[in-house]
Amino acid sequence: MGNRDMPEGRPRAEQPAGDGVHGAVSVADEENPFADPGLPPHEHRIQDIDERAAKRSERAVAFLFTVSMLATIGFIVAYLLIPDDKSIFVFPLGHLSAMNFALGLTLGVALFCIGAGAVHWARTLMSDVEIADDRHPIEASPDVRAKVHADFRQGAAESGFGRRKLIRNTLLGAMALVPLTGLMLLGGLGPAPGTKLRHTLWAKGKRLVNMNTGQPLRPEDVAVGSLTFAKPDGLAEHDEDFQNEIAKAALMVIRLQPDDIKDKRELDWSHQGIVAYSKICTHVGCPISLYEQQTHHVLCPCHQSTFDLTDGARVIFGPAGHALPQLRIGVDSEGYLQALGDFEEPVGPAFWERG
Amino acid sequence: MSTAPNETPRPGAAGRPRGTAPAGERLADWADGRLGLYSLAKANMRKIFPDHWSFMLGEICLYSFLIIILTGVYLTLFFHPSMNEVEYHGGYVPLQGQMMSEAFSSTLHISFDVRGGLLVRQIHHWGAVVFIAGMFVHMMRVFFSGAFRKPRELNWLFGFLLFVLGMFTGFTGYSLPDDLLSGTGVRFMEGAILSVPIVGTYLSFFLFGGEFPGHEFVARFYTIHILLLPGIMLGLVVAHLILVFYHKHTQFAGPGKTETNVVGMPLLPVYMAKAGGFFFLVFGALAALAAVAQINPIWAIGPYRPDQVSTGAQPDWYMGMAEGLIRAMPGWEINFWGHTLVLGVFIPLVVFGLILVAIAVYPFVEAWIAGDRREHHILDRPRNAATRTAFGVAWLTVYFVMLIGGGNDIVATHFHLSINAVTWFVRIAYFVGPVITFLITKRICLGLQRRDRDKVLHGRETGIIKRLPHGEYIEVHEPLSQEQLHTLTSHKQYTPAEIGPTVDENGVERKVPASEKLRVKLSHAYYGEESQIPKPTVDEYKEIASGHGHH
Repeated sequence: MGNRDMPEGRPRAEQPAGDGVHGAVSVADEENPFADPGLPPHEHRIQDIDERAAKRSERAVAFLFTVSMLATIGFIVAYLLIPDDKSIFVFPLGHLSAMNFALGLTLGVALFCIGAGAVHWARTLMSDVEIADDRHPIEASPDVRAKVHADFRQGAAESGFGRRKLIRNTLLGAMALVPLTGLMLLGGLGPAPGTKLRHTLWAKGKRLVNMNTGQPLRPEDVAVGSLTFAKPDGLAEHDEDFQNEIAKAALMVIRLQPDDIKDKRELDWSHQGIVAYSKICTHVGCPISLYEQQTHHVLCPCHQSTFDLTDGARVIFGPAGHALPQLRIGVDSEGYLQALGDFEEPVGPAFWERG
Repeated sequence: MSTAPNETPRPGAAGRPRGTAPAGERLADWADGRLGLYSLAKANMRKIFPDHWSFMLGEICLYSFLIIILTGVYLTLFFHPSMNEVEYHGGYVPLQGQMMSEAFSSTLHISFDVRGGLLVRQIHHWGAVVFIAGMFVHMMRVFFSGAFRKPRELNWLFGFLLFVLGMFTGFTGYSLPDDLLSGTGVRFMEGAILSVPIVGTYLSFFLFGGEFPGHEFVARFYTIHILLLPGIMLGLVVAHLILVFYHKHTQFAGPGKTETNVVGMPLLPVYMAKAGGFFFLVFGALAALAAVAQINPIWAIGPYRPDQVSTGAQPDWYMGMAEGLIRAMPGWEINFWGHTLVLGVFIPLVVFGLILVAIAVYPFVEAWIAGDRREHHILDRPRNAATRTAFGVAWLTVYFVMLIGGGNDIVATHFHLSINAVTWFVRIAYFVGPVITFLITKRICLGLQRRDRDKVLHGRETGIIKRLPHGEYIEVHEPLSQEQLHTLTSHKQYTPAEIGPTVDENGVERKVPASEKLRVKLSHAYYGEESQIPKPTVDEYKEIASGHGHH
């Protein structure tokens, strides 16, 4: 009953308020052709003058609300009946989870139709007479302003805050100091960095273990043109601090032709052309994973820093600031590749204390 | 419905038998007696809102924010913010037996084993994307129409804070599942924090509870994502809305619209229905989107491992600008006295902040240049504020150049370009692009101002060609209506500030502060001859009108 009364009750309630403004200044101004002519007269919509059109709008709105009800029932049915793992093919989207598709569409329709109905109702059946309302300055009138200032001055004077300087200064001091307690409590958030960023699990005698197979690497396992990822012996995925350790110790092992190596230290730290570099980019720490066989360049997929592995992993393009740290390697008595110490410089992104 | 309007019952009024007023009215009376509801309703129930399609952009943000909160609360019922490593044994077969954090496995649980969980997750993520995109476009509307001017500068700041906090809420949110892609983003953030001089390593260790990735960050991001940031944002949203109500909405110039009125339709019923209905439209659209468009399929990406990465790693779009800065910056590092200044990462971090701050403080800068302390409720057409519009477009150019930079690998692979060439383009365009777009935009604005001027003085081109008796062809121009004349000439034009005489009447030289000199210079750049076309005056109009009186 509510929405049927709407169109009838509206014009009577609104028109007088509107009439006061409409056309009030609309007489053309001879002096100033640019003068504000005032609000243009209201133009009636078809629903305002044709009751049948209004009825049609009413039916359209009711239809939308009904569709919403049906969609909600559809949602409940879909929730109860569709199996979790059912997949359907929907052109052109491909294979989708049937449940997600059905729930989403029914929910979407249920909600959208409520909105569409309400908006259609507002646009076609509620009054579209424009009303002008006055604005008032945001700032207070001079009287109010003077009163507030006076009140404040009186209050401030009564507190003695300005006069009793000892109280004021000690209060300010106390208020300035007390937040330090909170700052101290934040100290519990983490340990001090210490030298943790300088050390990794690598140490003299640690074998290089293939990341994929879990087997220690022999020189003959590393073929020319292949990129092998390695971790230190003894580090297992189930370890408590595996993520922290691998974030620093991850290693790239590549075999180069010894003649191709341009950097003397790199050659010294290699074994039969096999070189080991930190896999962690010196830019912001992404793992480097793209290797170009022909040029022996490696590329970080995150920010495209490019390093030349034949020349001490020097940066040749991109935002990284320094070369990848190299791990000095050799072969132990059983013929496995081993580290001859930790990295000599910190791996990963640069930081203030790095030096 | 038989109650006549003049029979408004008052509580405690004698002569009315109990129970004759409708129940709703009695409830409202009850509430008014305790909350003072009626004085609030008197001011707001029939509050007038002007109508313009662009005013709904802010509504999209508001509604998507509410939808994110609703869906987010649902997700917290199932999500475990823990980095404990567990072996997966859930409904998604390809990952069974794999080690992953509880955060990741509970996200898989939501996606595969909770009925409707995937839908809510996808509505949540799509809602976040729409929320931030909506704020971006809403801010563009406010900026280019000058709606940020007095008295709305603070509301601009509130909105700006919502935008920035929204970005970080989004970042902490998409980091929560602890998947390979988001973990890479967190690593990027850690690397950026490490670059901060002096305190960087401490900040990083305190944020992550030790070394990266540690066992803490998901739980800490969770608190930040669901409590700290949304709490602040909720407060800001409420303050933003209160100010919108208090200031009353701005409106575009037009007949009957002045600086001292607001023309539109009332909150009850029109905007109650339109705005209320719009909430359901937004929610419905997001639900349908979540039904058909997959977002952040973490099961296809896999759990995070600091030594693994996928190619084409991209953050959500709103972090693309920061990503672009960090990709385009050359790797400068300065080593001195045993310390490293990581400029290659730290400069982008600072520039990111500066680009954002530039847009935040703009209202205050423009008010200072214009020397304007009046209230503004009539919006500018972007063309009529040529320098502002050009500045805004230049800002957007920087933003979008860096967005391209953030996806330089995607651009390179999709358009078969060299990644080096794309990166170099971004580096150069970052400096050159905004200058070019500034100049072009300003020219376009001035051209449009000239066109408006011509329309006012000479009328509208009708497309009718007339041949005069002596053989000349002319196009008939139709004079504009008074409504159009008023609309096209009602904007204010500033005159550029002048320093004025530096020597007073006694011959004493006045010292002009440097800031005042700068202001005068900027004022000329904004309002000088080069930057605005004088709008037609009444005299010009009358002269031309009388001269052409014969047609």
